[in-house]
Amino acid sequence: MTVLTFAELGRSDVPVAGGKGASLGELLRAGIRVPDGFVVTTTAFRTAVGGLGLAERVTALDPSGDLTAACAELRAVVESAPLPDGVAAAITAAYAALGEPDLPVAVRSSATSEDSAEASFAGLQDTYLWVRGVDAVLEAVRRCWASLYSVESVSYRLRRGLPEDDLAMAVVVQRMVDSRSSGVMFTRSPLNGDRSVVCVDASWGLGSAVVSGEVTPDSFVVSKVTGEVAKRFIATKCTWHKPDPGGSGVVDRDVPGELQDIPSISAEELAELVATARRVEAHYGSPQDIEWAIDDAGEVFLLQSRPETVWAEKDAAAAPMATPAARPFDHVFNILGGKKQGA
Amino acid sequence: MDQRSFPLPSQIADVPGAEGWEQMYPYFTRFQPEDDQRFWFYNSMHFPEVIPAFDGVTSEIPYTAIGANLARLFSFPTTLGIEYRIVNGRVYITANPVLDPAEIEQRLPHFQERAGYYYENWDRLYAEWQVRMDALIAEIEAVEIPVLGDLDDLSVVTSGRGFATNHLLRENFHRCIDLYSKMWHYHTEMLQLGYGAYVVFFEFCKQAFPEMGDQMVARMVAGMDVTMYRPDDELKKLAALAVELDLGDLFVEGADPAKVLASLAERGGGGQRWLAAFEEAKDPWFHVSVGDGFYHHHLSWADDLTVPFAALPRYVEQIRAGADLTRPTERLAEERDRIADEHRALLGSEEEKAAFDQMLGLCRQVFPYIESHKFYCEHWFTTRFFQKIRGFGQLLASRGVLREADDVFHLRSVEVEDALVDVMLAWAGGGTELGARHWQPIVARRKEILEALAQWTPPPALGPVPPALNDPAVKMLWGITDETVETWLGDKELDEDTVRGYAASPGVVEGVARVLMNVNDIGSIREGEVLVCPVTAPSWGPVFGKIAAAVSDIGGTMSHAAIVAREYGMPAVVGTGQATAKIRTGDRVRVDGDRGIVTVLR
Repeated sequence: MTVLTFAELGRSDVPVAGGKGASLGELLRAGIRVPDGFVVTTTAFRTAVGGLGLAERVTALDPSGDLTAACAELRAVVESAPLPDGVAAAITAAYAALGEPDLPVAVRSSATSEDSAEASFAGLQDTYLWVRGVDAVLEAVRRCWASLYSVESVSYRLRRGLPEDDLAMAVVVQRMVDSRSSGVMFTRSPLNGDRSVVCVDASWGLGSAVVSGEVTPDSFVVSKVTGEVAKRFIATKCTWHKPDPGGSGVVDRDVPGELQDIPSISAEELAELVATARRVEAHYGSPQDIEWAIDDAGEVFLLQSRPETVWAEKDAAAAPMATPAARPFDHVFNILGGKKQGA
Repeated sequence: MDQRSFPLPSQIADVPGAEGWEQMYPYFTRFQPEDDQRFWFYNSMHFPEVIPAFDGVTSEIPYTAIGANLARLFSFPTTLGIEYRIVNGRVYITANPVLDPAEIEQRLPHFQERAGYYYENWDRLYAEWQVRMDALIAEIEAVEIPVLGDLDDLSVVTSGRGFATNHLLRENFHRCIDLYSKMWHYHTEMLQLGYGAYVVFFEFCKQAFPEMGDQMVARMVAGMDVTMYRPDDELKKLAALAVELDLGDLFVEGADPAKVLASLAERGGGGQRWLAAFEEAKDPWFHVSVGDGFYHHHLSWADDLTVPFAALPRYVEQIRAGADLTRPTERLAEERDRIADEHRALLGSEEEKAAFDQMLGLCRQVFPYIESHKFYCEHWFTTRFFQKIRGFGQLLASRGVLREADDVFHLRSVEVEDALVDVMLAWAGGGTELGARHWQPIVARRKEILEALAQWTPPPALGPVPPALNDPAVKMLWGITDETVETWLGDKELDEDTVRGYAASPGVVEGVARVLMNVNDIGSIREGEVLVCPVTAPSWGPVFGKIAAAVSDIGGTMSHAAIVAREYGMPAVVGTGQATAKIRTGDRVRVDGDRGIVTVLR
């Protein structure tokens, strides 16, 4: 299949739908509200890009040389090659099925690789927001594919000796939420790994302003156990990302003065975000790193969820923080006995 | 070594009009030149006001007991006791840590043997403690203020007692001091060990859950049958009874307690029933000080019914409106267990869970003592103690030595003994006491000094900034942390209109400030005001129903003000160091309980 809807996907579909696509399907199965969409699968990639003979051209490159011109050329090939009819038709049909013509969508690359460094080259730089109309969608899909031939991506593969034959990428096409507010949340503290809290960053407008670090967001630390807001910081939010009034794409603008210093989400919305985060965490059985959005009607949507990895690795390497003692009060001697902790 | 410094003790200027203040306190409380080398901080938690001469015993005696417990009784490895000094009527303290590793090593086995004995036998020892404490309270209650008639009673002769009644002046007065000293030894007997168990659990929670607030740790541990809640609970019961007996109309804001009681007496059987219940509740539950038991003028509810009668109208109103004011202990206990269980479930390994169980178990075992000792020691016993001293003051006043009973609190305890000997001699010799001429000018002068000293704003700390406070025992003993010191240091840089402290209870509120330095003024607070005070004690509970926010000079996120503010869902900023100095009654203030900032809006 060249195109699969989110409803047809689950967490085991990473090879065909990439991490992002599989996770959106899985969230939907868990009963989480996710904006509609579909995935242009790795099969489509292989059909469309596999026949262009790029593998040999990449393998012939010298990773120590200047790859700029060669990569630009490779990307131009991907972006300009006509799409096989079947692929173009499937994408066109799937886009039409989402609803109104010219529905604004986000088009994002969805890497199949477990390698987070590779994923970051291929993925992060290639997100197209507020794309409207089937032609623009098709173009954005090809640009996502082409991102595999960026200088960073190519030189990384060459240096690692990663085989070009295995190369594949899925692309997520998802209805765009015109976010009133959006942000990210972690089901453990990204700062200190605390598993008893959900940390939420929130700002006005589209989430890209928060993810890219262009705005200092409001931040909240909420106890999973009691739901109490343990920390609450309301930032002065100067910038927001909004759909371009011209019709497509996203622009950054100054946040209106009256909104800058007030919380970008209400207490009820914060509580709903935290509840949703906990459901996702429980569903996956491990701490999650989540992107979310809230539309003008106050509906909460999740745009992405992936496992938290930094603290998980630290935990795996760390000794237990405490072990049972022969007698409970031996713990007192350990701490008040003048022995330096950890010595 | 940190080069920053607070003002040095030797740099503290005299307060105009307070010349001679040193005579109010013993010589060993004075700062010495070498004290400039050490870090001291103002113990405003226990001593938020200027100390009258007699009340010097409330620092002297506790510090003899607490240090002995740590240094000599249980051999805490890393700390000896606390040293204190008084300057301009305020108590500054410093801890004596043990820094020599060899000495720590030497003290450790004794600590393990001695503390281990207490932990191992905790429940039995606590039961015995309660029996001893009850007996001690009975003893202080039984102390008689001797009555000197023209002739001693015939029974003194016929019983063959063998000594005349004037002997009892000094003996009985001294018994009060001795019992007070013993009470403080009982007070500290199990407290430091109890805190030790708490610190263990606290530190573990902070390590496992770095975002966890102090408050959450306390909630997993808290006992349900807490003696300190009883006085307020008794008031609520009395309010409910008033509604039930259709007497609610008598409880109106601002009414004089004596008049309310008189009106109750005229309301037939219902009134009588309420008065009987009131008498029943009063002893012991009204022996709760409006302060923390460190000042003679922090009267108990029993001494001054204004405080309980200020709370009753509101409770009556709430009960009439259908509110159930009884503490839902069962629900609170379930909630406590749920919070603990869910945090336990979040731990990464079975080993950590088992250690958590041990630490929490030990904590819950010691916590009833930590929560309840205060009522017996600082409140019930201390209320009785000050009542007895006031009784001796009455005796001195009746003999013409003092003008009025409360003047006794302007004499140091050794000076009271002198004055009593004066009476003993005059009664024995048939002459006249000479004390009027001697003591009355001294008392008058000391009252002036106290007023002058009350105008002084004590710096939160003195001397060089201490090295990092990482020893848990020292931290526990001092009750301050590196963050506290940094807050105090940073305070100098903040502008005049801003006060920074701990964000103890979330929310932002603006309102008119009511600064209460002296807790006896608790009745003056009005609905919707922002309470600004040096520190709050449990007996302030009723006032929280009225205020919009709470700000205190001292206290952490586990302090009384913080706990109660969270319960009432109002913003609170605690541990500001200087709120009562910077804010005036009538100022419009913004209390930001999220960030721990109080701003005066001028």
